[in-house]
Amino acid sequence: MMAFFRSFARNKGAVVGLVVLALVFAMAGLADVIFPGTPWDMVAAPFMPPGEMDMWLGSDSLGRDVAAGIAHGSRISLLVGAVSTVVALALGVSLGAVAGYLGGFVDDLVMRFTEFFQTIPSFVLAILLVAIFTPTISSVVFAIAVVSWPPVARVVRAEFLSLRSREFVQAAEVLGKSRLSIVVGDILPNALSPIIVLSSLMVANAILLESALSFLGLGDPNLMTWGFLIGSGRSVIRLAWWMSVFPGIAIFLTVLALNLVGEGLSDALNPRLAGRRT
Amino acid sequence: MSISRRGLIAASAAAAGMGPTLMRVEDALAQGIAPRRGGTLTTILQPEPPVLQIGVNNQGPTLIAAGKIFQGLVKFSPTLEPLPELAESWTISPDALTYTFKLRNNVKFHDGTPMTADDVIFSIMKFHMEVAPRARAIFQRIDKAEAPDAHTVVLTLKAPFEPFLLMFDVTACAIVPKHLFDGQDYRTAPAVQRPIGTGPFRFAEWQRGNFIRLERFADYWKPGQPYLDAIIYRIVPDSQSRRLALETGQVLMTAAGDIEPFDTPALRARPNLEVLTTGWEYFSPLSWIETNHRVAPLGDVRVRQAISRAIDRNFIAQRLWFNIGKPATNPVASTTKFHDPSARIAGFDPRAAMQLLDAAGLRPNAQGVRATIKHLVLPYGEVWTRLAEYLRQSLRQVGIQLELESTDAGSWARRIGAWEYETSINFVYQFGDPTLGVERTYVSSNIQRVTFTNTGGYSNPRVDQLFAAARDGQTAEQRRAAFSEVQKILVEEVPQIWLMEMAFPTIHDKRVQNAVRLGTGVHASYDDVFLTS
Repeated sequence: MMAFFRSFARNKGAVVGLVVLALVFAMAGLADVIFPGTPWDMVAAPFMPPGEMDMWLGSDSLGRDVAAGIAHGSRISLLVGAVSTVVALALGVSLGAVAGYLGGFVDDLVMRFTEFFQTIPSFVLAILLVAIFTPTISSVVFAIAVVSWPPVARVVRAEFLSLRSREFVQAAEVLGKSRLSIVVGDILPNALSPIIVLSSLMVANAILLESALSFLGLGDPNLMTWGFLIGSGRSVIRLAWWMSVFPGIAIFLTVLALNLVGEGLSDALNPRLAGRRT
Repeated sequence: MSISRRGLIAASAAAAGMGPTLMRVEDALAQGIAPRRGGTLTTILQPEPPVLQIGVNNQGPTLIAAGKIFQGLVKFSPTLEPLPELAESWTISPDALTYTFKLRNNVKFHDGTPMTADDVIFSIMKFHMEVAPRARAIFQRIDKAEAPDAHTVVLTLKAPFEPFLLMFDVTACAIVPKHLFDGQDYRTAPAVQRPIGTGPFRFAEWQRGNFIRLERFADYWKPGQPYLDAIIYRIVPDSQSRRLALETGQVLMTAAGDIEPFDTPALRARPNLEVLTTGWEYFSPLSWIETNHRVAPLGDVRVRQAISRAIDRNFIAQRLWFNIGKPATNPVASTTKFHDPSARIAGFDPRAAMQLLDAAGLRPNAQGVRATIKHLVLPYGEVWTRLAEYLRQSLRQVGIQLELESTDAGSWARRIGAWEYETSINFVYQFGDPTLGVERTYVSSNIQRVTFTNTGGYSNPRVDQLFAAARDGQTAEQRRAAFSEVQKILVEEVPQIWLMEMAFPTIHDKRVQNAVRLGTGVHASYDDVFLTS
């Protein structure tokens, strides 16, 4: 375990990413303390530039505090990122595991199904799904999960294909373990490192997707998210640049941090690869 | 009979051949400059209309552009007095049943054929009766339409109908050429694609998605007019691009919803631009929170009163619409002559709202929530989303939780029409008379599964009676009494929660003269618009 942390820490970018991510989580956790009440409250005059009327990041077109919006919005953005990644992982890992372990006809069937999803532009599909199921937080999470599982399935299948013919798997089979327990207990733990790396990037991607949907007005209208903040600020950008710039920076930093952490994880879990790169 | 007499005076002045001269003198007096021939007015039309044939399509953009190609028998001043247009004069019989229009005898359609009484009767009794539902509802009251000579039209009503003349503006009953439509399907006739009217500008070119060009009609019936050589309507779908086009001088004028309310203060400050909010008196759109009375607790009058008292209309007018339009005070827009200023909805008072909710038995729970109501956000652009967000915050202050639902324009209209909503926002044109534009929302006979009817399901026999009395009243005074009483009842029962008397900014370069002269504003024929150098 210590070796893991040491190799993770060797990647300076990853440490910076982790710190930024910790700050974002702190902001999400402390949103109610720093900005009590709801971020929808109209607390000031509209279009106040940053720094005026005790608002660090200015106010929006209804006089709502942009900083409060960003703090409260981080919760939804992180929540959507985490939940949709979990759902996509559940889908992708189970389909990929089945395809990779069973092989043959089942593999073909599952992979064609996966390719079917991969050939549809993911963002267009997400827009379509949200529009059909009316924009709510659950339909947004569902849509993001549906468009993000195919890469997971492919990665997991590839890992399973190579692992299932290893000796330890054959040994387990000879011992008479059930297929399920071999898949879950023996192969999956060994396939975990690429999944972990992939999932950190998926969270970043999900945050971007959610923001893009909200930007287009397809977010849950009852929830404050970063994408909503940018979307509502877009048309007034010449009047109030701060309305879209600060939430944009928040998205940028969070997504960058997640990518850096993902890279660090990849290095830590695959020390040989990391050595080769430097 | 006050209308007919005033109409006659204005009309006889025009009949004496003073019409065009009179207008020019007026222009000169108003502007201090003489009209100048020439120049092209570039402006914006959005969204792009499907066709430019009034009647076949009656949406805002169609009416604005086709209002230059077509004309009505009369037009309306900002105070909604009828003024002569294709009819140079008219008389109304003492029993208010017979309307006699004397047509101008020098009017030609753009294909060169003269306009006669036949075209007028065809337009009223066949064309608009067939294609336009609103016109059909009114024109069915006509018993017979006759043409004693080529330039006289006599319409006899089955019963007196005081607001009848309001239906003869170009936006309600454009005069179309009989010879291009008779015997064909009016909606698919070739003339629908190449509209031919009597207006000062003829249809020249339409590049879909790009622009519509209208050019000067040389045989127009006012000698020397129109002043402009052409009008170009550019199609610009993005609101920020429209603003830029205006700022850079690529277009000289914007109208209707072209410019977002939040952009107007900056444009007002520019020295070369003029911002007008007049020119919507004939339409008088009124917006309200549409409530479905079938959904508890909205059927309770106290709950509706509470919602009405929980919202600050001044805030909405100032912060969301930047003072374009004004807070509504009752269901009849103040630009309409039957608006009763003494009937006013109760003002902003959250404490009173909470008392009303207490009285209605809605007690706050542990989170301070008394009731949860869904709200279908009107999908007509950003300002409506901000309005929904404002309403949610204001109502939360008194303990009503508003849950917003997003939708698209088609689904919105379908769900309102099918009564599948709890609350939403709606706005409706009033067309200058409560019988034409207000009655439909409140009378129980109009509770229909159709958008823009009494979709809320409000029903009060006394209100039904009063609207009927006002509809059939022979004189303006009789009608006024009924309308006043109905307004007093409605402000107590708040069947819909009125928000704003809406207006739209017309923003134009100061070189453009006479952009808004009538109660129909930019829908006018523009034969008197000119550019100073």
